[in-house]
Amino acid sequence: MSEPGDAAVVRVILPAHLRTLARVDGVVELEVAGRVTQCSVLDALETRYPMLRGTIRDHRGGTRRAFVRFFACQQDLSHEPPDAPLPEAVATGAEPYLIVGAMAGG
Amino acid sequence: MSGVRVLVGTRKGAFVLRADGKREKWEVSGPHFPGWEIYHLKGSPATPDRLYASQSTGWFGQLIQRSDDGGVTWEPVGNEFKYHGTPGTHQWYDGTPHPWEFARVWHLEPSLDDPDTVYAGVEDAGLFRSADGGRNWEELPGLREHSSGPSWQPGAGGMCLHTIILDPAQPERMFAAISAAGVFRSDDAGQTWRPVNHGLHSEGIPDTGAEVGHCVHRIAMHPSRPSVLFMQKHWDVMRSDDAGESWSEVSGDLPTDFGFPIDVHAHEPETVYVVPITSDSQHFPPEGKLRVYRSRTGGEEWEPLTRGLPQEHCYVNVLRDAMAVDSLDDCGVYFGTTGGQVYVSADAGDTWDPIVRDLPAVLSVEVQTLQ
Repeated sequence: MSEPGDAAVVRVILPAHLRTLARVDGVVELEVAGRVTQCSVLDALETRYPMLRGTIRDHRGGTRRAFVRFFACQQDLSHEPPDAPLPEAVATGAEPYLIVGAMAGG
Repeated sequence: MSGVRVLVGTRKGAFVLRADGKREKWEVSGPHFPGWEIYHLKGSPATPDRLYASQSTGWFGQLIQRSDDGGVTWEPVGNEFKYHGTPGTHQWYDGTPHPWEFARVWHLEPSLDDPDTVYAGVEDAGLFRSADGGRNWEELPGLREHSSGPSWQPGAGGMCLHTIILDPAQPERMFAAISAAGVFRSDDAGQTWRPVNHGLHSEGIPDTGAEVGHCVHRIAMHPSRPSVLFMQKHWDVMRSDDAGESWSEVSGDLPTDFGFPIDVHAHEPETVYVVPITSDSQHFPPEGKLRVYRSRTGGEEWEPLTRGLPQEHCYVNVLRDAMAVDSLDDCGVYFGTTGGQVYVSADAGDTWDPIVRDLPAVLSVEVQTLQ
């Protein structure tokens, strides 16, 4: 488990619309200082790509948008506490953290 | 050389259509923001290459895009629309209280003289303003917090503030229209508002002549006569000659007075255009014939304009923000359909041609006249 003070490199996969918005191709690699949680990963993501603010979670309480899901290591983490540690495989970069638009056509 | 730039918002992206003053040969660019709903785009009258676009999806919410080169390149700007204070409730469809919740920006109205100032009409109904080119947005809460606010209710498309009109003669005066609340006017640059709906009558509300509760679909003004307003209501085409203080019906001999858009000829303030739609339960043209109706008498007497428009098997709709006029000498009229066609008439409606036929459903059409 990564410890406070470490800077982990977390791999994040964005949905297609948000890749276009952020002007990135493929996987985003983010340095995340301290504990690797959903909140710290999203903070790092929004710091590097401020145009994503409000598109994944709201501007205020950080609440996940209703049609956005978070997956990693074959698990649905959408309803996990945002400050809970992510799986070690995500924190080490072995497995990506997936931000997914809910399966609802479009 | 003069020309026009048509800004088209659709269910699946934005398109920019350009032509010279003849309006015969068109260059089409897009889709911009492919896959996103673009409810509206509009250019700054003060700096025409400054454009604003409302981009949204149910998945990822609201974005505002800004262009400073006439729609060639775009930059996402601010997208936080936070209601002032603690928003209360409005009426839900069944009359029960429902919390005010931001859904999307329906309409963007740039200032007449400052390219960095732009107004946004949103769902649930509220009016926001940015004074820094769209980076930061603040609500003008006097409208939503009007004492009638808790009684406002959504129309079929949601409780949207869809029309913002800035008075060119009195900079402190502006109009906003909300479905289904009605028209509101401010005489102090948006700080305070009052409903201006006297003369409207609507079925479907307990008091058919109530001060608020009317499903106003669109209002339009000619800039040379800002005290004259035209309205396409859910049912009824209306007119006011006193800046909304009173309204009278001018549906006259229209085949149906249900519809969404309404607009005024650029050089003839008494020439008005509507697109009659069968009914509120049949959102397509009567008899499957797509007809624009023009009145040259400020209403009451209407003529169908059909040359170049499909006159059989046509079952599209034309939405409230999907009609515009240019200000070339021969006034051009434009509208887009839910079937993805954008039509132009370069002769004030006498004849029509499709600019494009197969876009996604068209949500909005604006036109800029370029010198």
